[in-house]
Amino acid sequence: MAWRTFEHEADVGVCGTGDTLAEAFAGAATAMTAVICDPAAVVPRDPVGIACAAPDRELLLVDWLNALVFHMATSRMLFSRFELTVESDVGGCRLVATAWGEPVEVARHQPATEVKGASFCELRVEHCADGVWIAQCVVDV
Amino acid sequence: MELRKFRQRGPYEWELPATGRMRVPGVIFASRELMEAMDDKVAEQVANVASLPGIVAASYAMPDAHWGYGFPIGGVAAFDADEGGVVSAGGVGFDISCGVRTLHTGLKLADVEAHKKRLADVLYARIPAGVGSTGTLRLSGPETDAMLKGGARWAVKQGYGSEADLAHIEESGCVAGADPRAVSDMAKKRQRDEMGTLGSGNHYLEVQVVDEVFDAAAAKAFGLARGDVVVSIHCGSRGLGHQIGTDYLREMVIAAPAAGIALPDRELACAPLKSTLGQCYLGAMRAGINCALANRQILTHLARAAFAEVFPHVRLTVLYDVSHNTCKEEMHRVGDERRRLFVHRKGATRAFGPGHAELPREYRDAGQPVLIGGSMGTASWILAGAAGTEERAFGSACHGAGRAMSRNEALRRWHGRNVVDELAARGILIRSPSFRGVAEEAPLAYKDVGAVVEAADRAGLAIKVARLTPLVCIKG
Repeated sequence: MAWRTFEHEADVGVCGTGDTLAEAFAGAATAMTAVICDPAAVVPRDPVGIACAAPDRELLLVDWLNALVFHMATSRMLFSRFELTVESDVGGCRLVATAWGEPVEVARHQPATEVKGASFCELRVEHCADGVWIAQCVVDV
Repeated sequence: MELRKFRQRGPYEWELPATGRMRVPGVIFASRELMEAMDDKVAEQVANVASLPGIVAASYAMPDAHWGYGFPIGGVAAFDADEGGVVSAGGVGFDISCGVRTLHTGLKLADVEAHKKRLADVLYARIPAGVGSTGTLRLSGPETDAMLKGGARWAVKQGYGSEADLAHIEESGCVAGADPRAVSDMAKKRQRDEMGTLGSGNHYLEVQVVDEVFDAAAAKAFGLARGDVVVSIHCGSRGLGHQIGTDYLREMVIAAPAAGIALPDRELACAPLKSTLGQCYLGAMRAGINCALANRQILTHLARAAFAEVFPHVRLTVLYDVSHNTCKEEMHRVGDERRRLFVHRKGATRAFGPGHAELPREYRDAGQPVLIGGSMGTASWILAGAAGTEERAFGSACHGAGRAMSRNEALRRWHGRNVVDELAARGILIRSPSFRGVAEEAPLAYKDVGAVVEAADRAGLAIKVARLTPLVCIKG
């Protein structure tokens, strides 16, 4: 699993890659934490369960990131470790995940900005020719 | 941006002719220099908006336009429900009714200078700011619904301010047609701890001084003179608005094909105004506007308490409160007709000209105050809606400078501690929970707001009234 943020004029792009779709989704989630603070500074201590369902993989990525945004906002938490299973069939796509993190400690985490939501801008979920999965979109900050 | 595809209508007005799927032309108000500095994505997004059903006159962009999602930031577009027009969640954005409120303090620069450090510390102690911060107010379900219907009017009834404040807020502090039932439980849960909070990113509370007046008559009408100290609050509808945007963007993307809307891009998610989904979004979005108005009213109350601690006899009064991420139902003249339109302003400020019936009587000769935010070390501006602006872009003007570089690039260039120290050396005191946040919002990470304001003035959107420079900034 690998992650990066990418440039967008007003906001920030988040991108995850991996050998599986689940790894790419985990990478995108780590990149989203990196928009807020250094993911290495977030202790993966407390687990939170998340489940999403969507008509296609791209919507599922947006739902996944927005579910994390919701938990970050309502539980005042940051996350740094993600385990997922993703399934898809003709009826759509489903995701079951556990995200591990800890409550925000402003002095230690130095959070720069909250993420308001995941957008459909630059949204891309693809299984590339080299076998690598990529999952990305722009998040509003 | 590539300018060859534009037809220049005037020094500050550029037309993108309607081609392909575009139903109307695009129009960008900007100087040549600002146009050349814009990303090509702005033209692409202006053209995409021009392709949406029921759009009226043109797809507009303000001088501070930059690449957004769906609509450009700085985009203005009006839709007619009777012509199949749409409402777009992406055309409003996640931070519904993000806006600026400016308060008079009655103080002069010399009054504040001696107490500036204490004022900064007291404001920072009283204003919840930054990621994870919470307010003290906890609302029950019925109380939340009352807030969503009542906006700043609700907040005043709860004791946060006075009736006099409401006269100087768009729609007198309460937008009609809000429907709390159209707001999800998740959105209400996100707001549970966030009433009376500033947020983070580019949100702030600043103490500022009027350092130059450009239009004496309008400045007098707005109660501004050189050396006056004011307070400006920049924030929005907090988690509730963010979740409304999240919920309806998704619903609109899924529902668009069945509504017969072919989206050139999913991020343009929209629904017909005359549809259940369109009406639900309007009800929820208006509730989001009221939440933002209530939030800025509570923050005004907290700012008043902070000032009272340092300056016991000072009374803060509202100059004006404007929102820059909204869709509003307004009457506009198009050709020879008066038409009821739904005007999206995403990163654009309403800027009604002199004589408009919706302006408070004391501002009617001057035009609507247009409050333009800066970024810590840079100036903020107060403009006034220009005569004839309704014919130009449905009575709209710019909202700020826009970023000149990404957050990552800003982090590479500056360290927050150094930014705070350098600004302190210039007499500007920054209080923020996050040095990284300060670095990402460094003044030079933003474009020159002066050039944006100059273009808005020259384009006839809004006239320059006063420039404000910061003294204290509480940064979220």
